Parts: sequence; C-alpha cells; structure tokens
Amino acid sequence: MAVLKTEELTYIYSEGSPFQKTALDHVNLEINEGEIIGIIGHTGSGKSTLIQHFNGLLKPSGGRILLDGRDIWADKSDIREVRFQVGLVFQYPEYQIFEETVYNDIAFGCRNMGLSESEIKSRVAETAVDIGLSEDLLESSPFELSGGQKRRVAIAGVMAMRPKVLILDEPTAGLDPVGRDRIFQHIVKYHEKTHNTVLIVSHSMEDMARIANKILVMNRSKVFCYDETEKVFARAEEITQIGLDVPQITKVFAELKKHGLDFGKEVYTVDYARELLLKHLRERGIFNA
Amino acid sequence: MLKDITIGQYFPSDSLIHRLDPRFKIVITFIFIVMLFTGRSLVSLGIGAIYTFTAVFVSKIPLKMFVRSIKPLMPFLIITAFINILFANGGDVVFKWRFIKITSDGINVSVFMIIRIILLLMGTSLLTYTTSPITLTDAVERLLSPLKKLKFPVHELAMMMSIALRFIPLLIEETDRIISAQKARGAEIDSGNIVNRARNLIPVLIPLFISAFRRADELATAMECRCYCGGEGRTRLRQLKSAPRDYIALAVTVLFLSVIISVNIIFQ
Repeated sequence: MAVLKTEELTYIYSEGSPFQKTALDHVNLEINEGEIIGIIGHTGSGKSTLIQHFNGLLKPSGGRILLDGRDIWADKSDIREVRFQVGLVFQYPEYQIFEETVYNDIAFGCRNMGLSESEIKSRVAETAVDIGLSEDLLESSPFELSGGQKRRVAIAGVMAMRPKVLILDEPTAGLDPVGRDRIFQHIVKYHEKTHNTVLIVSHSMEDMARIANKILVMNRSKVFCYDETEKVFARAEEITQIGLDVPQITKVFAELKKHGLDFGKEVYTVDYARELLLKHLRERGIFNA
Repeated sequence: MLKDITIGQYFPSDSLIHRLDPRFKIVITFIFIVMLFTGRSLVSLGIGAIYTFTAVFVSKIPLKMFVRSIKPLMPFLIITAFINILFANGGDVVFKWRFIKITSDGINVSVFMIIRIILLLMGTSLLTYTTSPITLTDAVERLLSPLKKLKFPVHELAMMMSIALRFIPLLIEETDRIISAQKARGAEIDSGNIVNRARNLIPVLIPLFISAFRRADELATAMECRCYCGGEGRTRLRQLKSAPRDYIALAVTVLFLSVIISVNIIFQ
C-alpha cells in the first residue's frame, strides 16, 4: 500500500503578487512502503518544494497529500505528528545543530516526541551505531567534530525519531568521496534494517543508480518520469535532453550500442557493466578467467 | 512570513529622483526634515505636503509602496495622536468626562502631528526607495569624509553599513531555513506561553549566530585574499558626479524651506 500519496498537488509561491511562481504543478505520486526513491531534477524544478510538502512544512495551494491514506491537512493540530512520521533532513543539516553535546542534539527530536529518557537513551545509542558514530563522541561538543561527522549527527537526529518515511535533501553535498560513500552506506544499512521508506534528493546519478530502486525525475514543476531505476535510465536520451545527466557507465554503453555492441539491457552500475562485459568476452573466447 | 520584511528596499527605475546625486539626496532629505519641523501651522505643513507629493509623483513610485511603509508604524501614530489629544490644553473644550478633557487645540495638534509624521515617513522612504543601498553608503562616506581629519573611521563605518545591508536578506533566508529544519524535528516555534516561546527560540538563535559568525569569518578571509586594507588609496568604480539638476533640486528644496519660514513669520 502507498505510504505517501499526492493527488493533484499544486503549490504556488507568493500567490497573487507579481512574483507569483508555480513550483509544483498537479503532481500525482504514489510512494510505496519500503522503497528507496531517488529524486533528481534541476535547481528550481520543484524537488525541495515537493519534499517540504511531505512533512507538512508547506501547505499545498491545491490538491492533497495522503499519509497512510489520510489527508495530512485534515486536522491542522495533527501536523506535528506527521512530522514525526515523515522525517526530513534538510540540505547542509549540520547548520541546524545547536546542543552542547552530540547526544543531546540527536535526542532533540525524540524529546519533542515526548519519549521517556530511557527510551531516548537506547534510541540515541542505536542510531549512533547505525550512522557510524563511535560512542565516545556522544558526550563531546558537536562543534568540535569534522564536517562529515557533523553531517552524520544531524542525520542521526532525524533517524532516531524512527520516521516511517525518511527524506534526505542532498545528504552528501559538499562532502569528499569517502564521506559521501560512508553516508550512502549507512543509509542503505538503515534501510535494510528498518525497511522504512527512504527518499533521497541527489545530483549524483551514479549514487542514485547504485542505491535507489525507483527514480523520480522532476522537471519544470512537473513529474517528468517516475519509475524503476532501470526503466528511467532506459530513457537516457530524454533525460539528457532536459539537461540532466545519466550515469557515466550508461553513456559508455549507449556509445557501444551505436558501434554495434548491443547487450539488450540497460546498464547503470559499474558492477553490472563489469559482469556483462566479462560474460561477453568469455563467450567470444577473448578472456579466460 | 519573514520574507515580507522590507528594510531599505530599493525600487530601480529611471526617474529624475533616481538619477539625482545621492549626496544631494541625503542633504535634501535633511533639509526636508528641518522644513517639516519648522512648519508651525497647517498652512506651512500643506506646503510641505505639496513638496512631498510632487517628489513622490516625479519618482514614479506607486503610492501603495508608501502606504506599506507607513502601515507598520500605525500603532505608534495612533498612540502619538492619543497623547496629544489628551494632554494638549487650550482652545474650546469639546468633550469632558471626569479628568479627561479634549480641547479643540488638542485635536488640532494631534492632526498636525500625524500629518507631519506621515510626511516625514514618506520623504525618508523616498530616499531609500530611489537610492540603492550601495550608492547610499558611498554617499554617506563622501559626506562624512571631512571627519577623517579628526581620525573618525568614516570608510570603516560605511563599509560596515554596506555589509550589514548586504547580509539582511541572507540572514532572513537563513532564519527561515533553520526554523523549517527545527520544525521538521518537532520543535514548536510559534506556540505556547512567553517562557516556552523564548526557550523555543534557542534552537533557532544558536545556529543563526554560529552561521553569522561563520559568514563573517569567510567574508573577512575573502576580503583579505583580495588585498583589502581599508579605505586608504582606494579608487571607485562609480564616481559620484554632481549635475545641474542636483543644484536645481537643492535650490527648490531651500526655496520651500524659506517659504515655510516666511509663512511662519507672517502668520505669527
């Protein structure tokens, strides 16, 4: 069943003023439980506006958002409960850290939920392990940590609330490749463990191809396409036409196809490409190993 | 909600007022303020009003903008009017109840004060509406430059002013973002009693201060990288040059001031 669903969701910024701008234009989506969905699109395509609707930070100008089949705006006083169920990690979340210790900052969301201290303690400890923060860091000041560590503290703060849907807006922006890989690894692990829905906004097609099982492409305030990862990257040409990228390896295989080497399958991860190529070379007897 | 704040908002256009030398505009605004405060009767205030509305008309800025700049100060205006009505004595008694006494003079004075404040607000908003903050600080720097001889840090002051103006919209945007981020973690920013509300501001204010310091640090480094070392020997991209129209505008303003002074003397 769809955990999140939008019906004709429309959002207009500064409605009625000369600066009026439609940021979301009749968006219809269904997000199923347990999926990892990658959201891609240009700056200003409506990605950030869309995810801020999922947890009720923005109120739609038109249409509805359903969480477990219930309109999240049906009762305004329930909106805080919605925010606990749909956890949103903003871009550069380390800038929202304010507590004296890492422990307290991770616990902030849980405290707002009104959980007992013992429950909070076990959640913080568990989340810290999940996100790869060692226990001795918990009592140190978050402002003494490295950039990557701070980022993980901020993400942990939302994860500890155990939301049904976890949304991350560019969780790896500004990190080095090692820090980036680490964050994605931890997100995948978190998903394997909890089977909760995860939505990730990202610019890195490689990473999305690796971890997402569905891709949502936003273009000009509309859903351009929303499908399983391979089916989306099968439309590589259209995606390039709207100015977005596809994984490098997909481009290589598209080029090979032009030169007459057609595998008949969409290739979007390096591992899969390696497998296909090795098989091909073995069949032709060129490579024996 | 925070985006609605308009401080020192500038409306680019190509009117005569926009093209005036900002140094003259500051001086003229200053004379204008003096003009409003020397006017002692409704007649002289009327002359001031003619001056203000002509300037507004020439600037081609919609009157709506001025209404918007006056609106937030309405409570202040109303309180001023009340105090004047209640405490100004003289003239006929219009209304009396216990210790409250409203006299015709009281009404006159409060109407007079309100008109004066509104004109004052309109005239000064006109300055910020027609002059970009950068040219404005440039002009302030030039006007204050004689103070350099007294070792007054004029350039530094002007630089601080322009940096502050530059960062207002950025910090507003940042505040909005931090509020959203904390709300996403279940923080209640705008509910509860005063004590709770003040406490709820901590998760917003601490990140905001940290980010302001970080930005200041980054900006200082960036300025040093470009060899900034104070105002000494700096040349400007935009040279301020006065044109005949500036002198004419100044003359017109001085003329209005002298008319008001004469009206004061005649109607003594």
